[in-house]
Amino acid sequence: MSGRAFGIIFSNMHDESVHELTSQRTMGSIPYGGRYRLIDFVLSNMYNSGITKVGVITKSNYQSLMDHLGSGKEWDLSRKREGLFILPPFGRAQSGIYKGRLDALIGIRSFIHRSTSDYVIMADCDTICNMNYSLPLESHIANKADVTVICKQRHCDTADTMGDVAYMSDKGGRVSELVMDPPQAGDYDIGLNMWIVNKSFLENILDDAQSRNYQSFERDILQQGCDKYRIFKWDFNGYAGHVNTIQQYFHTNMDLLDSDIREELFFKYGHIYTKVRDDVPAKYSDSATVSNSMIADGCTIEGEVENSVIFRGVSVGKGAKVSNSIVMQGTKIDRNVKLNYVIIDKDVFIKDNRILMGFDSYPLYITKGCVV
Amino acid sequence: MYRKMESIAMLLAGGEGSRLGVLTKSRAKPAVPFGGKYRIIDFTLSNCINSGISTVGVLTQYQPLELNEYIGNGQPWDLDRLEGGVHVLPPYQRRRGADWYKGTANAIYQNISFIDRYNPDYVVILSGDHIYKMDYSKMIDFHKQNNADCTISVIDVSMEEASRFGIMNANDDGRVYQFEEKPKKPKSTKASMGVYTFTWKTLKHYLELDEETGNSQNDFGKDIIPAMLANGERMFAYPFEGYWKDVGTIDSLWEANMDLLKPDCAINLYDTSWKIYSRSPVVPPHFIGSNAKIANSIIAEGCTIEGEIYNSVLFHGVHIARGAVVRDSIIMPDATILEKAKVQKAVIAEDVEIGAEALIGFRADEINKQSFGITVIGDGVHIGRKSIVMEATMLDSDLPEVKAV
Repeated sequence: MSGRAFGIIFSNMHDESVHELTSQRTMGSIPYGGRYRLIDFVLSNMYNSGITKVGVITKSNYQSLMDHLGSGKEWDLSRKREGLFILPPFGRAQSGIYKGRLDALIGIRSFIHRSTSDYVIMADCDTICNMNYSLPLESHIANKADVTVICKQRHCDTADTMGDVAYMSDKGGRVSELVMDPPQAGDYDIGLNMWIVNKSFLENILDDAQSRNYQSFERDILQQGCDKYRIFKWDFNGYAGHVNTIQQYFHTNMDLLDSDIREELFFKYGHIYTKVRDDVPAKYSDSATVSNSMIADGCTIEGEVENSVIFRGVSVGKGAKVSNSIVMQGTKIDRNVKLNYVIIDKDVFIKDNRILMGFDSYPLYITKGCVV
Repeated sequence: MYRKMESIAMLLAGGEGSRLGVLTKSRAKPAVPFGGKYRIIDFTLSNCINSGISTVGVLTQYQPLELNEYIGNGQPWDLDRLEGGVHVLPPYQRRRGADWYKGTANAIYQNISFIDRYNPDYVVILSGDHIYKMDYSKMIDFHKQNNADCTISVIDVSMEEASRFGIMNANDDGRVYQFEEKPKKPKSTKASMGVYTFTWKTLKHYLELDEETGNSQNDFGKDIIPAMLANGERMFAYPFEGYWKDVGTIDSLWEANMDLLKPDCAINLYDTSWKIYSRSPVVPPHFIGSNAKIANSIIAEGCTIEGEIYNSVLFHGVHIARGAVVRDSIIMPDATILEKAKVQKAVIAEDVEIGAEALIGFRADEINKQSFGITVIGDGVHIGRKSIVMEATMLDSDLPEVKAV
């Protein structure tokens, strides 16, 4: 698929849905799975699918993202021809920073125009999966589609549909209707916020959008254009974690304790690459007790850990007990601390004997860098 | 035209390392895995970059494939540079003929033109088979202060051990007056660490001189150093303090790995100002299953642990199945230990598979013996189900499954 398609990643879309985690970072740079950031999945999927030109659109708080991506060499995207492009917001005199997806794309028109590939793969960072984009691209070409939406069938309760887009289609997979936040419970093909678009089609709709002040790709283009355009869906059958709320974030991390999901997510169509930190392997002392947990390099474990995901460089002191929790990079947990259903952001210090407890459906979140 | 470099390092990585047996059958000694995620050479390369030396020649000869691949363009150590950086230097053919590296000094001699390109004032000669953290820039400063021609880094060893090393006999001001290779009756306990700083002009002169000497073994310790001493060149012993270990034997390799498990470990790998860099595998964090037991161990990323691990070092991608027990062992990358297998005091090399219920490091005489030998299983070996491997064995071929009759 090399050369046929290039990628555009939206690093900031849906930031507001997990505002706790994005107050100091982009959606793309949310830590996940012990050593990754969300953008690693979409970026690695693109690289593993043979895409060698990727633009990352940023909006705000993107310092941590730039630090993480660097030159793109960890994803083999530090190249002379093509490679990784970080596309900071392009404010025009009157408009200020972009508002919607179309606005953002208009800001990078020249990047799109200069690309020699015929197809564009656009993706947000809120879906965690291991996918080979060659498969939907083949389907896109076979369908002679303008847009192919990557979907996954999921059951929706009306309570948790915030931001979900259901795509209704005929037997041939042609999309006939879009429903935002489906009002009735049921099984829907929910979009994974990944689309394959013909480059020339994209350029045309951007012209259109600019003259008519369209903002939303889904509402103004796809929803209005089901009859006008050839919009098809492609069903993804694998695991797709969705970071929509902090509860979802918690559960997608906990999914990693399932060996089948791990095997699929980290190995199916290729490895998931991330920034190298040169940590020491994890060290367990005599007093460590660990079960059903994922633990990254650089940790020192002297206490008890169960059903948890522990990121790089975390220390768990003697007598401490960490259960059902996510502990991000560089956090220090002192002696005799008890944690249950807690999400601890980076570089937190939990002092002796503290007891913190959340609940399965409402994990407690501790902000980056604080001392408890 | 190359930019002048004040100091460059030459890393001797060509030795066969025959005392490591099956571990160095298909790789050079510096490429032997160490400490859960490193290879031995990582320590020396990281020392170079952390000391501000960004031009490093790595002299390879024996089984260089894996080492070459590992070093690559030097990027993990920040040694991918526009000027300088890491260069792998194998022996090559010249118009007058071709030679293997005949000795350590000859290896440097054959690369005089490489060194001259950078026009250095000082050349640091290193070997790629030691585990230590050292700031070479301090040694170079010491060398400059003494206006020395050669500075040899020394470490204090016990009197009993001293006869295993090259011993430097020095005056109070550090000036060396005598060098004794493995002396029977050592006069001092200052052992050479195989780390030298030379003033390049002087070293070049002695290398050329040595090459003309017919019966020379072209070795630093045996020829160059004695010749310089005999001519009264200024040679100093630089006292190094800290952890230093030669990992040239199975015993010392095992011990050095076990040293990392000690709570008061003398080599601090967590120091962010002096990181040891390595080429990292692309694997997720390791997973510890519900029935696993782990005590006093080091575990790298990508492992799946369902069994029991005590006092061991596990490299990336190791699988320990349910009911398996690993004690006092080193398990190298991507090895698999199946259900109920037992591994004790062993070095399990890369891609080994230990069958279910197999026993590695079996002790026939458990009661009367105080200490047991180390069992080594070579790369890619498959040990069949229920097989038994005795302690202190070195195994290089597959063992079939044992069937009860």
